Amino acid sequence: MIWRQVRRLIRPFVKWGTVLSLTIFSLAACSLVEIEDAPLTTFEPAGPFAERIDAIFWQVFWIAVVIFVVVEGGILLIVLLFRDRKGRKEPRQIHGNNKLEITWTIIPALILTVIAIPTVQGVFELTECDDDAMPVEIIGHQWWFEYRYPELGIETGSVLAIPVDREVCAFMTSADVLHNYWVPHLMGKRYLVPGQETTLKLQADEPAEYWGHCAEFCGLSHSLMRARVVSMTQADFDAWAAAQQQLAVPPEPDTPAAAGLKVFQEQGCTQCHTVDYGPDFAGTNLVADELYNGPNLTHFASRNVFAGAILPREGQTHADGLREWLANPPGVKPGSFMPDLDLTHQEIEDLIAWLDTLQ
Amino acid sequence: MTTTAERRPTTTIFRRPRSTTGFWSWITTADHKKIGIMYGYAAFIFFLVGGIEALLLRIQLSAADSTFLTAAEYNAAFTMHGTTMVFLFVMPISAAFINYLLPLMIGARDVAFPRMNALSWWIFLFGGIFLYSVLIFSDPAAPAGVEGVPGNLDPADNTILGGMPDGGWFGYQPNAGPFYSPGTAMDFWALGVQFLGLASLISSVNFIVTIFNMRALGMRLLRMPVFVWMSLVVALLLLFSLPIIAIALFMVTFDRQFGSLFFVAEAGGDPILWQHLFWLFGHPEVYILILPAMGIVSEVLPVFSRKPLFGYAAVVIAGAAIAFMGFGVWAHHMFSSGISPVAQAAFALSTMTIAVPTGVKIFNWMGTMWGGRLRFTTSMLFAIGFVAMFVIGGLSGVTHAVVPSDWQQTDTYYIVAHFHYVLFGGAVFGIFSGLYYWFPKITGRLLSERLGKINFWTLFAGFNLTFAPMHWLGLQGMVRRTAYYPPEAGFDFWNLVATVGAFIIAAGVLVFMYNWWRSKKHGEPSGIDPWDARTVEWTIPNPTPEYNFGVSPTITSLDDFWHKKYSSDSEGRPVRRPEAEETLEDLMETGINPPHPIHLPAPSYYPILFAAGIPLVGWGIIFHTSLVGKLLILVGVLVVASAAFGWSMEPLEEPHEEHDEDHSDQPSGSGYSSYGSDA
Repeated sequence: MIWRQVRRLIRPFVKWGTVLSLTIFSLAACSLVEIEDAPLTTFEPAGPFAERIDAIFWQVFWIAVVIFVVVEGGILLIVLLFRDRKGRKEPRQIHGNNKLEITWTIIPALILTVIAIPTVQGVFELTECDDDAMPVEIIGHQWWFEYRYPELGIETGSVLAIPVDREVCAFMTSADVLHNYWVPHLMGKRYLVPGQETTLKLQADEPAEYWGHCAEFCGLSHSLMRARVVSMTQADFDAWAAAQQQLAVPPEPDTPAAAGLKVFQEQGCTQCHTVDYGPDFAGTNLVADELYNGPNLTHFASRNVFAGAILPREGQTHADGLREWLANPPGVKPGSFMPDLDLTHQEIEDLIAWLDTLQ
Repeated sequence: MTTTAERRPTTTIFRRPRSTTGFWSWITTADHKKIGIMYGYAAFIFFLVGGIEALLLRIQLSAADSTFLTAAEYNAAFTMHGTTMVFLFVMPISAAFINYLLPLMIGARDVAFPRMNALSWWIFLFGGIFLYSVLIFSDPAAPAGVEGVPGNLDPADNTILGGMPDGGWFGYQPNAGPFYSPGTAMDFWALGVQFLGLASLISSVNFIVTIFNMRALGMRLLRMPVFVWMSLVVALLLLFSLPIIAIALFMVTFDRQFGSLFFVAEAGGDPILWQHLFWLFGHPEVYILILPAMGIVSEVLPVFSRKPLFGYAAVVIAGAAIAFMGFGVWAHHMFSSGISPVAQAAFALSTMTIAVPTGVKIFNWMGTMWGGRLRFTTSMLFAIGFVAMFVIGGLSGVTHAVVPSDWQQTDTYYIVAHFHYVLFGGAVFGIFSGLYYWFPKITGRLLSERLGKINFWTLFAGFNLTFAPMHWLGLQGMVRRTAYYPPEAGFDFWNLVATVGAFIIAAGVLVFMYNWWRSKKHGEPSGIDPWDARTVEWTIPNPTPEYNFGVSPTITSLDDFWHKKYSSDSEGRPVRRPEAEETLEDLMETGINPPHPIHLPAPSYYPILFAAGIPLVGWGIIFHTSLVGKLLILVGVLVVASAAFGWSMEPLEEPHEEHDEDHSDQPSGSGYSSYGSDA
């Protein structure tokens, strides 16, 4: 019969399917131990809070591994031992065993008690900020993070700069929908809720750059709402802050940069974007309306990523990223509030030249 | 002098339907079996729809920065995948099992309120159609009642797929509210889920009353099969949790249609309130999805181990305990929402506590198999698969209760992996186990075991290939609900593996469909007791006669049917009674030729008519600013009101030419017609 032949053909594949899935399983288990080049991984904590979480995770993980092996091994053993074979007697009709049942109620309860202790400790240690932490305000927008340093008078976006070895307390809220701030190397997640303030502790050990991502679904381009945190030594941070506190320097007349500034003003970009040239600047008002808050561009060129930390792409220069973005923002980030202004090639080049002056 | 006609009012809009076969018999039926079968087929069709949505998601994610779907299409696909699988597949297919089996397993001829049962089925079907009618009626303009902010709408995304609801199956506010999800799509979602909830609420009342009032003689509560117990627990969960989501969804509808601003922060509303309400329903909902499958597995494992369920009382109590505690753990979905450390600690502890009864169940199932004589039928394989996979989902579930870990894991693919292990590896495997086990009750035939084995192993391999890698993806930092990830994030390989796995699952489902289609006509005839079963639903012929039991059974013990077939020897091993074959023949005989006339619930037009008015009201509310919308509301309300009136005037039973006064043994409150040797 055809069926029998088909069956003979299929049988090894059916068995192989199991073998394959088991192989993948164990491969995956190996990859759990060693993950390379995953910039958002939770396994490379780079600060005391993330390290604390990591330690709790591994404690629970190994307990779970033991339970997994015992229970799944038990199931496998039962399947092998008690499968119906010739000569196997009818089983005794056992309805239960109180001692056994009480045992396997109490043992899990005890294991959970063991797990509960670091959990509750961790919650209380890691939820509330220290009083002397450095305050930072994080405001979520569709689809980028705005950062403000209330003590330093700095406003910036997409890249958060922090000093190493110092607790940073993020006071967070949202301008529109729920967002969720997550930099896995430094700490777990916390929501940004419109109309409410939430806090998140962050701290880094070494100067480095960390990836982040908005973790709560926040509308059309949630996938493209990313974040960067740059940690630096206290001296570097102080220098950075001093530079950020400077006013922007107006471009020389009759340069491409001056033409770019003109495009910026004439196209109405100032409705959303602030560039702080100070009160003496002989131009139009470059302070944005609070209602339409786009990123503050005063020191745009000092940031290595922009547009919600999605540009420039890997292998792309900053200028190329800007070319892609300015040509059609909603094309890069669907639903973007920054409209496609039908800029000419020349206008885009001038804007890039001008943006480059905003160090 | 009173006459029969005066005592029973016959002023009714329609004459009583009379078809017993064919199209109209299905439309007007009040038979729990026909309703169960319709529930099952409809749910399976929605399973395929949700599955296709899942495949679209997996194709999109198979490579970095893929452009297979637009962002709008991706968001719509994951929203509808979740909504469909929860509300249109797992819940109704559980309703299918409960509808078909509950009366059979307690020795009843139908549920307590047969026409109400039909009503809940038709509301479910029309609710599902209403939800998917968004494909035709989606209007990208702002909702009628409230001015939207059109700024973040991309007209290019108004494709057919992109026009579906896109605020997530969880509908988090304010993103799913009037200002950030303009258009009518989320209104279809809110009202559609509302109607589906109404259907479940009606059937939950019906099931509770049925279990308490319709049990056969001797079927004490602690002699009920575990599946019946789990049905009772699920019905109680539905009864207490659905009103919460009903109110929350009305608040959303009012926000969107009438500007009530419940969840709008700028007006003093609270977006987090929605999360509390949603998960106060949503977590019991998780147990609503899994407990019926646990009930199925608790029936299948003993039969194919040839042993009684180990610790019957413990399994029942554990199920009830899970349900009760299920109302006290909702905030573990919100550990990163900024709730206070005290609240986080409290919900962490309550969540850990719920793992104890769950563990008890797992160990009792293992205890059932221990020392048994295991027959690896497809049904048994799925049941064992359920236990093995549920353990993995349970363990990852406990890690969510470890709050600091959860801050890292929540909203990542780790969570996606976790709940697919409990809902696919759990609920769906349980459902497949039940389909293979009870198929003969519907058709009188067996599903092919050869195809069944292929079905199981492809599903098992595909399932693990798809969802196991998601654990590592989540821990590597892959965020949920994202349509794109950059190539340098390092997510490519495991996503590709998961996509391959998803297509293997699809192949497994196709094998199942072929098996079903083929076995319905050509399957091996099952006889009365194909599995050497233990419970009372196997004491009647297959397929189940219309009247279920030729003679109402009398129950003397737990696993009553088994004890009719087997006595035990001095060691406690079962010995087949010499009269067992004769007992089976007798059962067959009385099942086919009932000795007494039997009264059955009479069919009625009113349930489907009542249900048909509801989507009209729904469309009317969504388009209420237009004249058409107002008319639709009016027509819908009139349809519902007249159906309810006609229903109330419909005689409980047809006047009979003979033995007209002989109905004293029938439960009142529903229509019955007679069936049997002299009817």
